[in-house]
Amino acid sequence: MNKIFEIPLYPYTRHPDQDASSPVRRKVVIVGAGPVGLAAAIDLAQQGIEAVILDENDRVSFGSRAICFAKRTLEISDRLGCGDPLVEKGVQWNIGKVFFDERKVYDFNLLPEGGHRRPAFINLQQYYFEEYLVNRLRALESEGAPVSIRGGSKVTSIEDRGDHVSLVVKTPEGAYTLEADWLIACDGAASPARQILGLDFVGRVFEDNFLIADVVMDAEFPTERWFWFDPPFNKGQSALLHKQPDGVWRIDLQLGWNIDKEKEKKPENVIPRLKAMLGEEVNFELEWVSIYTFQCRRMERFRHGRVLFAGDSAHQVSPFGARGANSGLQDTDNLVWKLKLVIDGSAPASLLDTYDVERVYGADENILNSSRSTDFITPKSEQSRIFRDAVLDLSEHYAFARPLVNSGRLSMPCTYDTSPLNTTDALPDAPARARPGSPCPDAPVGSGFLLDQLGKGFTLLVLNTDAPAAVSVGEVEARTLSIAATKELAERYLGEATSAVYLIRPDQHVAARWGRYDETAVKSALARACGKEL
Amino acid sequence: MANLILTPNLPRADDTYADLLAAHEGLSKAASDALNARLILILMNHVGDQAIIREALKAAKLENESA
Repeated sequence: MNKIFEIPLYPYTRHPDQDASSPVRRKVVIVGAGPVGLAAAIDLAQQGIEAVILDENDRVSFGSRAICFAKRTLEISDRLGCGDPLVEKGVQWNIGKVFFDERKVYDFNLLPEGGHRRPAFINLQQYYFEEYLVNRLRALESEGAPVSIRGGSKVTSIEDRGDHVSLVVKTPEGAYTLEADWLIACDGAASPARQILGLDFVGRVFEDNFLIADVVMDAEFPTERWFWFDPPFNKGQSALLHKQPDGVWRIDLQLGWNIDKEKEKKPENVIPRLKAMLGEEVNFELEWVSIYTFQCRRMERFRHGRVLFAGDSAHQVSPFGARGANSGLQDTDNLVWKLKLVIDGSAPASLLDTYDVERVYGADENILNSSRSTDFITPKSEQSRIFRDAVLDLSEHYAFARPLVNSGRLSMPCTYDTSPLNTTDALPDAPARARPGSPCPDAPVGSGFLLDQLGKGFTLLVLNTDAPAAVSVGEVEARTLSIAATKELAERYLGEATSAVYLIRPDQHVAARWGRYDETAVKSALARACGKEL
Repeated sequence: MANLILTPNLPRADDTYADLLAAHEGLSKAASDALNARLILILMNHVGDQAIIREALKAAKLENESA
C-alpha cells in the first residue's frame, strides 16, 4: 500500500547552483513546501517571477493534518489554476450536529448562498492538497515557468545583507551558499527560519491535549460534522467526527492536560477509546494518530527587511475553526502581488509593510476567534463551565442560544477595514459586504463566475455605467471588466445604487468604489492601492 | 447612548422577587447555579443591547459611585 505521503515527490538531486564558482542569486527563495510555500511559488511563477522552494524533506506531509479548506482558499486555488482537483476530490458537507452529554442539542445547515462557484468548504487531507499544488507547480515548470522545488535542502543560515539575503543550504552532498533577492519563510509553526533569525513568537498556551485519530472505516455515519461536549464516551471533554475522502474519518478527542502522551498514542490505548465512541461492532483501521497541544500566538511583525514570514511560521491558532492553512493561503494571496510590483520596480518597497499591516490584522482576528472557541470548548473556571453548560442546555430548546455555542468559528476571509491601501468608500449605501477592504463576493456572470473573470492585475469592475478599457498610473494598469448587473451582482455590489465602479486588487479585495467613473479619483485610488501614498 | 435603568422599575417588586426565590427552592447548589446562568443568558438576549449589558456588568461589580 503506497500512500501519497510515502512517495518522494521531489527527491534531492544535485543542482548546478551547488557547483557555481560564486553564489547564485535567485529572485525569490521560499523555505518550506507545505500548502503556503507551494501556493506562494505557484502565484509567483504565474506572474513570471523566479521562485525556488527549498524543503528539507522530499514528500508531502504525513497524516491528514489540515482537513478543512474554506471557500476563500478554493477561490485562491482557482486563481492558482488548481481549484478543480481539490473540489473534485474533497468531501462537501453542510450539516453540523452538536451533542451535549447523551443528547443532540441542535443541528445547523451551512448551506451557502447560491450563485457562488465554490462551496463553503471541503474536507480534504492535507497530503492531497499538497499533492495537487505540487502537480500544478510541475505543470507550470514544464511549460517553462521559472519555478522549482529542491528536496533534501535544509536552510541552516540566513543573513539579510540589505540588498539581498544570503543562505546556507545543507544537502545530503554537503552545504552551499545561495542568494535571494527576497526570502519567504513558510516553514511552519516551529519555523527554523524564525529561530535562525532569533525572532519572537509570543502568545497564549492552552493547557490541553487533543488526540487525533484518522481511521478508515465503512461507517454508517452521514457526511456531517459532529461535535460532542461532555459525551459519555469522553466524560468532561469534547469530541469531533469529520469525514474525509477515501473512507477516512477524522476523530478528535480532548484528553485534558495531565496525561502521558507517549502512552496515550499507543494503539492499545487509542483503540478502546475509539470503540467506546463508534461502538464495539464497527471495524476500523488506524491510519494516523497524533497528540497535539496548541497555542495562539504570532510574530510581532511578519516582514523583517527582505525576509517575509507567511502561514504558521508567522502565526498559530487552535485548530477549531480551520484558521491555520486557510489563513496561510490568505497570507500569500496578499503578499505575492505586492512582491511582484516591488520586484518590477512599479511600487515602493514600503508596499510590503502593508502585507504586515493587513495580515497581522487578519492574524489577530483569527487568534481572537480561535481563543474564544477554545474558551468555550475548555472552560477555564467553574463559572465559565456553568455558563457553557447553560448555553448548551438552552440551545436544545431555544434558537437564541444557538449562536452562542462555539465549537469553532469557521474560517472566513479577512476584510481589511483599516488598510492604508483603501480609499474612503464613496458608495457607502451599497452593500457592506463589498466595502473597501472586502474580498470580492462571487456571483454568476454569463455561463461562468465573476471571480474567474478578474485579471492577474488590478481590475476595474464597471456595473451599469461606462469607463475606458484601462486606466494606468505609472506602469500599473487596471483593466476594465464591464458588466450589465445581473440579479446577484446587483444584490452583492449595487444595493440601492443604480451603477458602480469597483477598483479590485490582484488578490480580489476591493480597494475603492464609486457610483460612476471619475478618472482623477480612480487614478488616485490606484496609486494608493500600490502603496504610492504611504 | 445606552441607558441602564437603576431606579425602581418593577411594578410588583415583592412578587417578582418572590418568584425568583421560589424558582430556586429545593434545588441543589449546582442546579441553582445552572438556573441562574440560564436566566442571565435569557435576560441578556431579551435586552439585546451590548452597551446596556456592559453598563449592567459594570453596575453589578459595584465599582461605580454608589447610587
